[in-house]
Amino acid sequence: MKYFPLLWAALWRKKARTIFTLLSITVAFLLFGMLQGVNAGFNQAVEKANVNRLITTSSIALTENLPYGDMAQIEALPGVASVAHASWFGPYYQDPKNFVFSFPVEPERYFAIYPELVLPKEQLDAFIQTRTGAVIGAALASKYGWKIGDRVPLHSTIWTKPDGTSDWNFDIVGIYHCPTDRQQESAFFFNYKYFDEGRSFGKGQVGWYIIQVKDPTQSAQVAAAVDKLFANSPDETKTETEKEFQQAFLKQIGDINRIVNYILFAVFFALLFATGSTMMQSVRERVPELAVLKTLGFSDTSVLTLVLCESLLLCVLAALLGLGLASLLFPGLKDVIGLVSIPTPVIVEGIIGAVVLALVVGLIPAWKAKRLDIVEALRG
Amino acid sequence: MSAIVSLHNVVKTYTRGKQTVEVLHNLSIDIAQGDFVALMGPSGSGKTTLLNLIGGLDRPSRGEVNVAGERIDQLSSGQLAKWRARHVGFVFQFYNLMPMLSAERNVELPLLLTNLSGAQRKQNVLAALTVVGLADRAKHKPAELSGGQAQRVAIARALVADPTLLVCDEPTGDLDRTTADEILHLLQMLNKDHGKTIVMVTHDPKAAEYASHQLHLDKGQLVEGSAHA
Repeated sequence: MKYFPLLWAALWRKKARTIFTLLSITVAFLLFGMLQGVNAGFNQAVEKANVNRLITTSSIALTENLPYGDMAQIEALPGVASVAHASWFGPYYQDPKNFVFSFPVEPERYFAIYPELVLPKEQLDAFIQTRTGAVIGAALASKYGWKIGDRVPLHSTIWTKPDGTSDWNFDIVGIYHCPTDRQQESAFFFNYKYFDEGRSFGKGQVGWYIIQVKDPTQSAQVAAAVDKLFANSPDETKTETEKEFQQAFLKQIGDINRIVNYILFAVFFALLFATGSTMMQSVRERVPELAVLKTLGFSDTSVLTLVLCESLLLCVLAALLGLGLASLLFPGLKDVIGLVSIPTPVIVEGIIGAVVLALVVGLIPAWKAKRLDIVEALRG
Repeated sequence: MSAIVSLHNVVKTYTRGKQTVEVLHNLSIDIAQGDFVALMGPSGSGKTTLLNLIGGLDRPSRGEVNVAGERIDQLSSGQLAKWRARHVGFVFQFYNLMPMLSAERNVELPLLLTNLSGAQRKQNVLAALTVVGLADRAKHKPAELSGGQAQRVAIARALVADPTLLVCDEPTGDLDRTTADEILHLLQMLNKDHGKTIVMVTHDPKAAEYASHQLHLDKGQLVEGSAHA
């Protein structure tokens, strides 16, 4: 701590340069925090996938639907405990920017296969009995201030009615919670029957099936059996674990992990040169001062350590600023990612990254300072 | 009095390109404890080289350098750094203060290498600044001080760790006559009242008059003087 005033003063020797360097590192770590936070959000969704569940989709594409009649055949296969289905409704509320994750389902089947979604029995009963009924997640209810008894209109971007309109009205009859994963509380479920009867095309079809297996160790065999069942039919299937399905779904958006890594690599590569040259210049300007420190009795190693600490102070301070800003901004992405804060491992990774950056950019100038010959340096 | 600085048959050569230049030739000097010695001579005579050897900033090519009871030409770089911190205070022509630190922080620098507490360091810094008459300028940065004041701060920095020896390289070279005399009076006071041994390089014969002995170097050899062996 006693060296802190010396380090701090050295850092601010050229104020403008330090501010610009600090800003560039801050922006880099802001980007790091946001992008890795997004990445972590996606990865977390995949990691939380249930091992007991399989997802069956069309082998052609995720957007292709499957016949409703397949459900009974799947259910009859050995190893299958139960089957549910869901479809992509793709609506928004009042304004296209208010996108809602909405799915027509069969209430009993769906909530039985997803026990982590907690819905009071009387609300589930109301859902089953109400044709236009809908059950929504607690987070979604809180977002729009919806409550049980409200009538909510949604505009589907895909599904039109026979009269040509795309506006669908729903009555909220229940609000579910998901104590194990709050990210799951943003969905809007409604009756498949209401959807199937009301749509102008695609009747008798579903988006995908969710299969609960009796024994998770038999998942591969059950998946193969399902796909074999529909092989050479007009609706061939692709069955995979929930985790594989989530990964495939995310890859439709793009390989988030790879994209994030490429962006961050480019940012930090540029930063390495910018910060490295700043540190080099800073040490070059202070050659006589470093020589004076040596005359006073600072050893070569002490001078090396001082320069490295200066680099650490700059990089870690800027990283903390950047990550702090990212933490403030990140909740704004809650609707897209589902996470309300940047996961702690991302913050820790960021700080470790800042330390590594500091050591990399500080090592050459620190080494030069260590090797400084006092007599030559004082001679100027 | 016993010799605090003792150089025996010291040779110092520099290599410049393919040429080897011998700057000091078999030089032997003894400087007694409590002495105030002025090293004089024309440019290139080896004054600063000799001062650097005495201050442990450089090593001889041959010969022995004993200062403060230690054979410093045989010390490693790390040992030499520790030795300098304990035994030598440096005063330079251009003050060489840290421009971004206040006077008191500059003076505190040598104490950072000791085990003194923050309060003790502060106390010692104030004492050193009081000795040089600048206690009221403790919070000022070097740019806010005159040349004479900056040199006083540099002297306080040289003194603060209570070194055995003060090594001054042209301490008045950048100052006007009046200010130079003030600095020389201060050095004389430190020598007489505080018993500090001082070795000072100077071109200025008037400055040399403040010393108790003068050593004249020419072409790397001692030509006259009362302090050599």
